[in-house]
Amino acid sequence: MLGKKAKKRAIFLALLLLLFVVTIFLIFKSLEENIVYFFTPSEIYNKQNISFNKTIRVGGLVKDNSIIKEQNSVKFIITDFKKEIIVSYSGLIPNLFSEGKGVIAEGKLKDKKYFVAEKILAKHDENYMPPEVTKALEKTNN
Amino acid sequence: MFKNFLPNKILSLSNNLLNSLLVYLILAMFLGLIYSLYISPPDYIQGDSVRIMYVHVPSSFISLACFGIIGIASILNLVFKIKFIPLMSKSLAPVGCTFTLISIVTGSLWGKPTWGTWWAWDARLTSMVILLLFYFGYIFVWKFVSSFNKANKISSIIAIIGLLNLPVIKYSVDWWSTLHQPSSITLTSAPTIHYSMLIPLVIMLIGMIIYLLIIFLMKYKTETIKFKIKNKK
Repeated sequence: MLGKKAKKRAIFLALLLLLFVVTIFLIFKSLEENIVYFFTPSEIYNKQNISFNKTIRVGGLVKDNSIIKEQNSVKFIITDFKKEIIVSYSGLIPNLFSEGKGVIAEGKLKDKKYFVAEKILAKHDENYMPPEVTKALEKTNN
Repeated sequence: MFKNFLPNKILSLSNNLLNSLLVYLILAMFLGLIYSLYISPPDYIQGDSVRIMYVHVPSSFISLACFGIIGIASILNLVFKIKFIPLMSKSLAPVGCTFTLISIVTGSLWGKPTWGTWWAWDARLTSMVILLLFYFGYIFVWKFVSSFNKANKISSIIAIIGLLNLPVIKYSVDWWSTLHQPSSITLTSAPTIHYSMLIPLVIMLIGMIIYLLIIFLMKYKTETIKFKIKNKK
């Protein structure tokens, strides 16, 4: 099927592609820190060289019953069900921010347990359903 | 079947085919939009802002599929040197690029009411911008390189390198922590979209594919005529 010339071109292309895949893999490996959009509370807990002056992002779920609304700010806990981190934030809260749902906080770490957020993003999961279905699900679960 | 794509056949097939496709397009988009905007329910968390999904998801899927086709065609082109392949890829690129833009813009419009931001440089969004740049590169080479054979070679290489970006886009939400949520429709597990929302999604996808075919055929016809005129000299 493949003539001699076509075979040569195919091999050349395959080698070139292989070279590129390896290069890009290595680039990604070295950029790992910057490619992840946020750290989980466990990753923060385990991190060796944490900097308390750098703006970073922490993401996870808002722990149930952890939202405390104060006068100008709000306090809540981000959890990944292994480790938690307390976040304080004063500013606009996105509509989808609620307990039990995903959140990403951008700001600075005060220490490994306390995070001061400058920006809050709500993260939603991949489930889509009408409100009636959730009500029915809640009924069967209770 | 492939004989139908040969330049001579395409020129004779085109008109009737395009007319039928146009009718199907109007039907599909009419049905799809009524379902998306009116019949389908709001989401239990996002409310009515979920309806942007019915444009965002199909266009994202199509933009990736188009580039995949262009990439594979470019490999075949470089290895086998079949003449009509570059004309096909060249005709597919602009509409694929348009769908990439639609994906990015509708995604941004969706992000503001849900995430709270118009944009974030997470892996999924960044890799989509990279896809857009690859599309631009591919189209610009055809536009600005005057020799057909040179443009063919360079654009094919760009497309093949760009192929590597496609699995990155697809798996970005699994490999790294991202703001963008994971896939709702996968090959390996049941969809996490309720059927009342999956149906309009599929109808809109079909409608957009028909649109893609119409634009592609029109451009392919033009490119074939241009090529024949240039090579008659």
